[in-house]
Amino acid sequence: MVDIKRLQEEDHDVIVIIGEVDASSSIELDNAISEAVKSGKKKFLVDCTSLDYISSAGLGVFMSYIEEFKRNDINLVIFGLNDKVANVFEILGLDQLLKIEGTKEEAKALLG
Amino acid sequence: MAFLNMLSKKAIIRLTTLLAIITWVVLVFGDLSIVFSTTHNLKPGIGREIPPIMLSLFILSLFVFYKYRIEKAESINFVDLLWKVFVTGLITTIVSLFFRLFLNLLGSTKLAENVIFLDFIYLSNLGLISAFLISTFIVWKRLILYQKSKFLLTAWQIFEYSLLFSLLYNVLPIPAVQDLEEYYSALLVLMGIFLSANMKWVAYLNFKQKWKSILLIALAMFYLGYFTFTLFNLADDIGESTTQFTDFRSNVFILALIAFIFIYALFSLLVILFNLPTSSVFEQKLEEVVNFQRLSQSIQTEQNEERVYDILLESAVSTVFADAAWIEIIRPGESNQFYTQGISVKEIQNIKQHISDNNVRGILDQSSDKTINLNKYLSTLKGSRFRSILAFPIYVKNQQLGTLALLKDVTDGFNKEMTKIIDTFTNQAGISIENFRLLSEALENERYKEELKIAKRVQSSLLPKELDHDGDYDMVAFSEAADEVGGDYYDTYRVSRNKIALIISDVSGKGTSAAFHMSQMKGIFHSFAQLDLSPKEFLEKANQALSQCLDKASFITTSYFVINSTTKTVEFARAGHCPTLFYDAQLKKGTYFQNKGLGLGILRNGEFGNYIQTNAFQYKRDDIVVLYTDGVTEAKNVQGDEFGYERLQKFIEKVSALSVQEIQQKLINELYEFTGTKSIDDDYTTLIIKFN
Repeated sequence: MVDIKRLQEEDHDVIVIIGEVDASSSIELDNAISEAVKSGKKKFLVDCTSLDYISSAGLGVFMSYIEEFKRNDINLVIFGLNDKVANVFEILGLDQLLKIEGTKEEAKALLG
Repeated sequence: MAFLNMLSKKAIIRLTTLLAIITWVVLVFGDLSIVFSTTHNLKPGIGREIPPIMLSLFILSLFVFYKYRIEKAESINFVDLLWKVFVTGLITTIVSLFFRLFLNLLGSTKLAENVIFLDFIYLSNLGLISAFLISTFIVWKRLILYQKSKFLLTAWQIFEYSLLFSLLYNVLPIPAVQDLEEYYSALLVLMGIFLSANMKWVAYLNFKQKWKSILLIALAMFYLGYFTFTLFNLADDIGESTTQFTDFRSNVFILALIAFIFIYALFSLLVILFNLPTSSVFEQKLEEVVNFQRLSQSIQTEQNEERVYDILLESAVSTVFADAAWIEIIRPGESNQFYTQGISVKEIQNIKQHISDNNVRGILDQSSDKTINLNKYLSTLKGSRFRSILAFPIYVKNQQLGTLALLKDVTDGFNKEMTKIIDTFTNQAGISIENFRLLSEALENERYKEELKIAKRVQSSLLPKELDHDGDYDMVAFSEAADEVGGDYYDTYRVSRNKIALIISDVSGKGTSAAFHMSQMKGIFHSFAQLDLSPKEFLEKANQALSQCLDKASFITTSYFVINSTTKTVEFARAGHCPTLFYDAQLKKGTYFQNKGLGLGILRNGEFGNYIQTNAFQYKRDDIVVLYTDGVTEAKNVQGDEFGYERLQKFIEKVSALSVQEIQQKLINELYEFTGTKSIDDDYTTLIIKFN
């Protein structure tokens, strides 16, 4: 259902989410983010250009790391959300807590 | 035969017994009177044809009698059948011997030489031998037709009908037919020999049964010999006085039957005799099959993996006559487990150590080569009692689970056959264990499903049966959970005479945990709603309370409304829940309230309140508020399109004139029509309020 890749680019890592994140595949997303956090790196981009759908369980994964990002000084920027997915983030209010940008360039700029 | 079918088995047996007695009595009287007449030069008062007809009828009655007594009897084993032959033979022989004794006691008295008396004894013996012959014939039939083929069955039927036809033939003295008598008899004998080649039943006797069978058959042959001898003697004696008696020597049926029974008895005797030395092999093979079956059957629920290993060990040892054996089960992270028979773990370690010292890789640990001869290595192990070893890996899903090792105290103790059998056994054990594991998994799943059902029941019982009513508005709610337990919740609480609190929530995730969180939400609602809080205050308190209860990745989206019917205002706040749809009756337009919000449990500190915006509106007559959960807007059709916000908005504009009940029904229909299926992926919950 979902394919998650982690690529290294310049000074940051890119987590690419392809497909749909539902209750069962949210575990993979959780593993990917958990690994990223543990790697000790501080800069991450999350590429959601190919993310078609995210369920509440998927959102729960992002939500559960908000505190940890803050604590560990991790800079994570999400970009490329399609309208539907962006709407889901907005309704829940996650757009107020996570850094969400439209394009990769904008996201990179925010990453610094 | 149709007539016979109508009668019960018991009735047929009785009827044929009676018929046999009557025909025999008529035969005796008829024959005696003919003999008497002819020896006294009188004209016989009875036709010559009567005795042969009676003999044929007598034989036929016996035939039907035994057919029902023996052939139809169910599940009789071979030795029991032979026992029947023996008993029948014994009884008839005893009766016959009694006559002989009587005859001997008379010595050379006049009576003993009386041809009438001799004829009587002769006829009695004839009746007895007929009974013995026919009962044996039926037993032979069962033996020959054991594991029959269609061809064999046809051959037998031809033989049986030909025999019965000869009865008719005895009755009709057609000269042309009588010329063929010898050929006919010869044909019957040849058919008998042909059929006698069928002895599959012999193979199924064990050693003891074979000996019993030999004894019983030998005795049956003795009876047959005795009877034939007696009859021939008697017939000779009578023949000296008269030729007008019923001479069996011209009866094709009896002669053919004697020949057939003798031939089959002889064949059986020889075959059993020759099979005696190999019967242990057959028994062993049978035991292998039984062991194999036990292994396959060991996946029954009450048994466990340990039982499979026990059975494998036992079966393997008994099949190859091993002196000792062990099964070593590899347990990652733990010391390996041993199942042993006739050997101690210490000894096993010694052998393993010795073999690995000799650099024989992969016999008792992972390897693909399983048949290396280890014997020469074992023979160098001092102090060991074993001289042969055979080891096999046990695989489950291509992963080695353990090793089976068999030992013998003689060199080269295992042959190729044994290797093959043990290979099959270990394979079967692997399959059994795999099946067993699959079964456990299936049971686990079943239990999980059962739990979900309970959770679903709990969840639906948490929803209110009745919503608060007020003259100012009508309200209806609808909730349908998907197969999995969802976490949709709605409720009302009357705060005061003109004020009610209304809530709609959606718990993230599904399953049992969602149902539990939902019940927590219900508790929170009923506790805090009483405090007459503003929507924002309520959400803040709810967030604080839930921060302690929800697990890390769970959250709850909520919209909380306070409806005041005095001021006709609705004050509300949204905590990450789907935006509320409001239909303005004056503008005839539906809009979504766009106030900001954040799901409960997402931010578990005091900052939460900063993300909540309160909103309020005044309501007028015919205004409509539609609350729903994301299951509604995210419902997908076959093309994968979502029902969406716009469709919902257009829908409410279209049906705004209807009552809330009608609107709800139409919305449900619309949703199912849109998705085109009766099964839903997510929970649908709607709560519709229409103001008066």
